[in-house]
Amino acid sequence: MAVQKLPLAKALNESLRKALETDPKVLIMGEDVGKLGGVFRITDGLQKDFGEDRVIDTPLAESGIVGTAIGLALRGYRPVVEIQFDGFVFPAYDQIVTQLAKMHARALGKIKLPVVIRIPYGGGIGAVEHHSESPEALFAHVAGLKVVSPSNSSDAYWMLQQAIQSDDPVIFFEPKRRYWDKGELDTEAIPGPLHAARVAQAGSDLTLAAYGPMVKVCLEAAAAAAEEGKSVEVLDLRSMSPIDFDTIQTSAEKTGRLVVVHEAPVFYGSGAEIAARITERCFYHLEAPVLRVGGFHAPYPPARLEEEYLPGLDRVLDAVDRSLAY
Amino acid sequence: MTVESTAAARKPRASKRASAAKKPQSSEPQLVQLLTPEGERVQHPEYDIDLSAEELRGLYRDMVLTRRFDAEATALQRQGELGLWASLLGQEAAQIGSGRALRDDDYVFPTYREHGVAWCRGVDPTNLLGMFRGVNHGGWDPTTNNFHLYTIVIGSQTLHATGYAMGVAMDGADSAVIAYFGDGASSQGDVAESFTFSAVYNAPVVFFCQNNQWAISEPTERQTRVPLYQRAQGFGFPGVRVDGNDVLACLAVTRSALERARRGEGPTLVEAFTYRMGAHTTSDDPTKYRHDDERAAWEAKDPILRLRTYLEAEGHADAAFFTALDEESDALAKRVREAVRAMPDPDDMAMFDNVYADGHALVDEERAQFAAYQASFAEEGN
Repeated sequence: MAVQKLPLAKALNESLRKALETDPKVLIMGEDVGKLGGVFRITDGLQKDFGEDRVIDTPLAESGIVGTAIGLALRGYRPVVEIQFDGFVFPAYDQIVTQLAKMHARALGKIKLPVVIRIPYGGGIGAVEHHSESPEALFAHVAGLKVVSPSNSSDAYWMLQQAIQSDDPVIFFEPKRRYWDKGELDTEAIPGPLHAARVAQAGSDLTLAAYGPMVKVCLEAAAAAAEEGKSVEVLDLRSMSPIDFDTIQTSAEKTGRLVVVHEAPVFYGSGAEIAARITERCFYHLEAPVLRVGGFHAPYPPARLEEEYLPGLDRVLDAVDRSLAY
Repeated sequence: MTVESTAAARKPRASKRASAAKKPQSSEPQLVQLLTPEGERVQHPEYDIDLSAEELRGLYRDMVLTRRFDAEATALQRQGELGLWASLLGQEAAQIGSGRALRDDDYVFPTYREHGVAWCRGVDPTNLLGMFRGVNHGGWDPTTNNFHLYTIVIGSQTLHATGYAMGVAMDGADSAVIAYFGDGASSQGDVAESFTFSAVYNAPVVFFCQNNQWAISEPTERQTRVPLYQRAQGFGFPGVRVDGNDVLACLAVTRSALERARRGEGPTLVEAFTYRMGAHTTSDDPTKYRHDDERAAWEAKDPILRLRTYLEAEGHADAAFFTALDEESDALAKRVREAVRAMPDPDDMAMFDNVYADGHALVDEERAQFAAYQASFAEEGN
């Protein structure tokens, strides 16, 4: 059956399975991705079916994982790397930023680096330190990388397919607290472009733009606002590099009000880039300054405080009210 | 106790530690050597090599032409034609010996100083100069000669080599991969990780460390307390120290390590013990940190001179050969000089090329904006 309802994590698993089946050059690499199936079981059962040469348990060294993935890509493979948690990516940051992102340009386009780096990111699961971060802006800032994040099961499946097919390095951020959320997946659908934003809900008074784990919160905020007679449009941006500014602009020109929401700290976050660009693009259409809702300029707090740190329904609604008050 | 008195109390201990670090072992380990600095052919129980006179002349020619090219590049930097040059002076034997051990289907991951290896791979020397002139960041197609782009960040390429070698093994090919790096890079985590990965996956890679004694201003004692080749043992593969100024020994040892990799027996670390006769780069001033007498001692071990002595003593090369080679060297230098001077600056828009393989909306937008901005001056000028 082509259409099924399944958790986001299972959709990723199905997508990886499909990629391994379709392209013999696709490899999965990471810590505990083999027998265990990854700490979130995203690669569950894949090593059993595709073997230890294609689903590779690696030494616990993130720079080594990405560095060897680069070498495998140069040999013609398409490695899909799993970084176990967001906060563990930094030992690999040098290989990603200094080597992976630039190598295609340095070779004047003569070589390609089709490497996907999957990173479970964001908070909300009551984890210990370094397990709840949202470092997407640190990658989106780097030319040569593409950065995406699905918010639902269908996008999880299709965006991962497209990321693996891309000849560019893609940092694939997975909203870990949505892993268990079920959604519909049509494996025979024709997906839209990887880097296009999606209107998750149409509205006319204000635009909420979000991605990954915050799309659900924004849809809930739109529902709550509707009860108060406010029509809120919700955009699922899906891609942080490139950003589909055209879709945001169209929506912002229509509603005149834009609020950008992400878990990552507001300071230098993707909301800042979106606010600047949209202000430049449609200054005279805006009824209010572009507002941002996100994390604070403080280390991600201990789990007992994360509900206060994360932008929840009330903080999003507060920003909606502030924007509408202009 | 005041801060000052604490510091004073610690001083003698610190210097004691530093002096202990200078003698990391009681005796220097044996080098694999097949040709002495005096040009005398010697035997080694594990490594030997049987080369024809023509092959010996070929190695000599490679080293001479590489040195001449290198000298020309240094001169071009002094003339302002290059922004920077990293000279390989003194390391010709390590690079030609190891480079000539490779098969065409082997793959090389160099640092930024492997001009001699590039020569062995058939990379046109003028291609190496683009990045030092500032017209590109590499620019050659690595797949043409199986010679990857120069890597500037120290040690990163050892992981690329390891991954590539893992791919070779998965393909069932019997090619081998060689990763070049230096004594300074040996301290990098990436190098340690590449040792770990290559060992556990039994990857067909040879780690070729040119220990040229200096990482800019820091001596090898600042990187290690054991001879570098001994590091391999802790990772579970063999390490060997070779006389890096002996082209025959470098060829024999590298060939053996590559064959071992081809047989599926995994990685080898080769430490080529050599000396950086010049500055780190043309921006460096070695007089600030090392003595002339050290350099003079290494000059007596010159890799080219010892092979010439041997060739002449054995009657493997006559005066006509050396004269012809001098002429060939000058012709190479002239060709390089002319090619560099004729090398055009890239088009303004080139910085937007190849940022992505599949394109990127922002790059397209910024390219168009910048083109329009540039064009606005042209219109004003009209």
